[in-house]
Amino acid sequence: MYVSLCVSVDSASHRRNNRRQGAGRGGAKSRGRGKKPASDEEEDEEEEEDDGPRGRRSRGANKKKPAKKRGDDDEEEGDESEDEGPKRRRGGAGGKGGVKGKKGGKAQQDSDGEEESDDGKGKKGKKGGAKKGGKKEVNDGKGKKGDDKGKEKKEDKDKKKKKKGDSSSDSSDSDGEEEESMSEGEMAKLMEEVEEKKKLIGIIRNKPWRMKKRLTEFKEAQQFVDKFEGALGKGKGRKWYAYKVMMTKVLMGLPYGSIPRKTVPRADQDTAQDYSVLMDVNVRAQSCTKLNSKCKSFFLSLQGYCKYSVLFYGYYNSQRTIGLLKFRLPLSYFMVGIGTFGYSLMVVIRTMAKNADVGGGDGDEGEFTFAWKMFTSWDYLIGNAETADNKYASITTSFKESIVDEQENQKDENIHLRRFLRVLANFLIICSLGGSGYLIYFVVKRSQEFANRTDLSWYEKNELEIIMSLLGLVCPPLFETIAELEDYHPRIALKWQLGRIFALFLGNLYTFLFALFDEVNTKLEEEQSIQNASIWAIKEYYANFSRMINDSEVTPPPMDPADVIRGPCWETAVGIEFVKLTVSDIQVTYLTILIGDFARAVIVRFLNYCWCWDLEAGFPSYGEFDISGNVLGLVFNQGMIWMGAFYAPGLVGINVLRLLSSMYYQCWAVMATNVPHERVFKASKSNNFYMGLLLLILFLSLLPVVYTVMSLPPSFDCGPFSGKTKMYNVIMETIDLDLPAFVGSLFSYAANPGLIIPAVLLMVLAIYYLNSVSEAYKNSNMELKKKMQMARDEEKNRRNNMDSTNQVLKDLEDLLPNRSLAPPAVPPEPGSCSPHTRPGKGVNLQKDVALASPNPNSQRPVNRAPGPRPGLEPGAGRGRGRGPPPT
Amino acid sequence: MGNKQTIFTDEQLDAYQDCTFFTRKEILRLHARYHELAPHLVPMDYTNEPDCKLPLALIVNMPELKENPFRNRIVESFSEDGMGNLSFNEFVDMFSVLSEMAPRELKAIYAFKIYDYNVDNYLCKEDLKKTLNKLTKEELTPEEVDLVCDKTIEEADLDGDNKLSYSDFENMITRAPDFLSTFHIRI
Repeated sequence: MYVSLCVSVDSASHRRNNRRQGAGRGGAKSRGRGKKPASDEEEDEEEEEDDGPRGRRSRGANKKKPAKKRGDDDEEEGDESEDEGPKRRRGGAGGKGGVKGKKGGKAQQDSDGEEESDDGKGKKGKKGGAKKGGKKEVNDGKGKKGDDKGKEKKEDKDKKKKKKGDSSSDSSDSDGEEEESMSEGEMAKLMEEVEEKKKLIGIIRNKPWRMKKRLTEFKEAQQFVDKFEGALGKGKGRKWYAYKVMMTKVLMGLPYGSIPRKTVPRADQDTAQDYSVLMDVNVRAQSCTKLNSKCKSFFLSLQGYCKYSVLFYGYYNSQRTIGLLKFRLPLSYFMVGIGTFGYSLMVVIRTMAKNADVGGGDGDEGEFTFAWKMFTSWDYLIGNAETADNKYASITTSFKESIVDEQENQKDENIHLRRFLRVLANFLIICSLGGSGYLIYFVVKRSQEFANRTDLSWYEKNELEIIMSLLGLVCPPLFETIAELEDYHPRIALKWQLGRIFALFLGNLYTFLFALFDEVNTKLEEEQSIQNASIWAIKEYYANFSRMINDSEVTPPPMDPADVIRGPCWETAVGIEFVKLTVSDIQVTYLTILIGDFARAVIVRFLNYCWCWDLEAGFPSYGEFDISGNVLGLVFNQGMIWMGAFYAPGLVGINVLRLLSSMYYQCWAVMATNVPHERVFKASKSNNFYMGLLLLILFLSLLPVVYTVMSLPPSFDCGPFSGKTKMYNVIMETIDLDLPAFVGSLFSYAANPGLIIPAVLLMVLAIYYLNSVSEAYKNSNMELKKKMQMARDEEKNRRNNMDSTNQVLKDLEDLLPNRSLAPPAVPPEPGSCSPHTRPGKGVNLQKDVALASPNPNSQRPVNRAPGPRPGLEPGAGRGRGRGPPPT
Repeated sequence: MGNKQTIFTDEQLDAYQDCTFFTRKEILRLHARYHELAPHLVPMDYTNEPDCKLPLALIVNMPELKENPFRNRIVESFSEDGMGNLSFNEFVDMFSVLSEMAPRELKAIYAFKIYDYNVDNYLCKEDLKKTLNKLTKEELTPEEVDLVCDKTIEEADLDGDNKLSYSDFENMITRAPDFLSTFHIRI
């Protein structure tokens, strides 16, 4: 194979090189075409249709070049050209050809000399010649078909053609000179053509063409554009590339100082490198809030140093502006906190909208179950043998399941029993949800009691986290067991299951939150008293200070920052709770994998040698990777991050670390210890179910944060908002102090209820309107679908010759008693109709057979001759045509 | 790999860039991949467009295609001779269509060609059977295969000719949620 291939390659390359020079695109194209199986002829036609919208003119220009050659060939092979005549007329007919000719002539002038000296480079010249030819010869147009057929002969005639090409261009040369100048209209047409070519260049990669064709088309188009744009005085074509190159150079590597963006303003130049200025202020301010206590924190007890680290709210101070650049820390803290929510919302909703747009919604599911499974279930990205095996298995399973589904579609059993069981299952699940909620509430209350004691054991300190993690561990399998009662379809059952787990998580989280709010309220009261005390103390101090030393300059009390009386700082406390929750969640996940999957796999694998039953196939077997559960875990985790990030900005960093490490860790666990799930549930991004859950949890985590921001007073002595009555006052402050006055008045107008209420009303109306519009679209969609279905059925009926109008007649026919006795001319009764229907039936049945012979349903008619029909069941073929539309 | 400039001229790279969904770097990488399939056959210098084709057996062994049940069909449908011999142009073409950037319509056309085993521009029942058997490694019984193929045709066949034309196929595939993500090879 190799040797022969090489030989053929060699000779082919020779030939091609020849023809490249001689025939340009037409040659290259025809060569490929001719070799291909016959079916590709049809593809050619497809391509031609593709070309259609691009406009005939540009096509004509393209096709004419080879066509010219064909024309020359045709002079020798007249028999062929006669076949092709009508087709070609399309391209080259009429006055257009004349216009072309002129253009061609123009082009010809430019490149004439080149053409003479070097055929290979003479593309332009050839184009010109071809166009000229288009004017002269009626049957010039498109010689595509001709190219296909005459390819072999053409190959032999490369050299001849070359000569011909030269001579034709010579002859056209003189014509071209006559029509030297172009009129306005021609100019416009030419420009149009250039535009079309440009468009072609833009979309050429989307064309279903062979690469070779694409490359040649591209080259032609580009040369055309280059040349004619130059001729039209625009010069854009030639400069286009240069411009591109220049722009990339400009954008890549402008040195420092070349544009304003990259230069430090004159005023700041002296101090720009004085980073210490910034640092100094910062450090001094922060040192007041830090405690020099030992860092005795390990994972679960986030006390000590970590509590005052950058992780938490309390670390950030409330100085309004920092440094010369006037970085407004409180404002940016607030904006980032709120902006994160805004951005997340936008991303989630955009993804959902895109999915709905691309996927066509969930409503279409079931229409193409088998077809989609057949054509889209293989993932072309798979490049690993083991993965491929798993995929084969899962595809087979899914097909089998669909078959079973299909067969059992119509079955229904004792509906009362099932209903009862479902109610019972839901009741049990609600009970366990309530129970877990109460348990968490109870534990939180207890932990508040513990907070006043100091002699706590490790368990007592971390009781809450342990309980929550345990609940998350125990409840999902419990739900799964209960769900067995319901006997739903697996897909629906999965959704129920996920929904329930979600409810559990959410319930737990919210119970936890409410308990937390209780705690916050007590802390607020405590804070009030401390604040009063400290204000009093400072007042005393200042009074003493100014009395003793007569100095108006106020210096802070000479107190070690560690000794300052401080409030409880509830924000940090909330943040700590969330960090603790996240960390314990990480630990539980990792431990579960280590024990539940890894240890299990090790035991199953190695104890299997000395066990009385087959551990791998039998009871414990290997763990399955629970895709949906894991996705849900991710969603939930994300919710926790959203909620906690405002009070513990470091949580985001922790989460990133967690996600990165868990990706590799879980990847290892899956590859090493798990077996694939028996039924693969697609947890892809395109699944709006998960995105819906994400949106829900985003909204729910938004609520508590916004509530605290809007209604609770911030701590008086910690965090960026200390000293303000409400956190959002930071915005007001900025508007008042930093922005020009009119902006402030603008905002006050905008905040006026008189404006807000109409705006809300307007939005509600818009929502209503859009909703009804989408409703209407949905309806018309349904209509169209119905229509399509009807058209389809009708077509099928016609093909199967089971015309519904004929059905009655056929039944009548079948009822006739004597048809086995007198075969040829049996039914005199349906008189006028029967001769009409019968032959038709025969013909179509044969067609049926020819089209789909192995179809068992249509097999039956094959045995039967068109004449008499012994024992043909009345409904034999009718069922197909008439049955309810497949759903 | 040698100096980049010697493999392709600037114009060639530009043309490839405009005709495919690849960047220059990717084109060069594709060339490297193509070259390493048969180092003694494929020249390093493509500036004068050497005519060189690699047989199906070599290409099918690329790790990207090795596990694909339709690998032969993929290569065949991109080869100009229909036998699976790919020139570099066709090689680039193949991965361009299968790249992430290619639009749905283009992918649909080539997917149709790939599943059309007997190259008659229709997906008839035989084609479907072959596809299905490749997908499931012939684990389904003949009756099941029959049923699935019938069902598939019934679902997607709009004009009722008991085989799927391209328009049937396109109508079905453009609504498939997973088509774009699965009909995609990263190289």
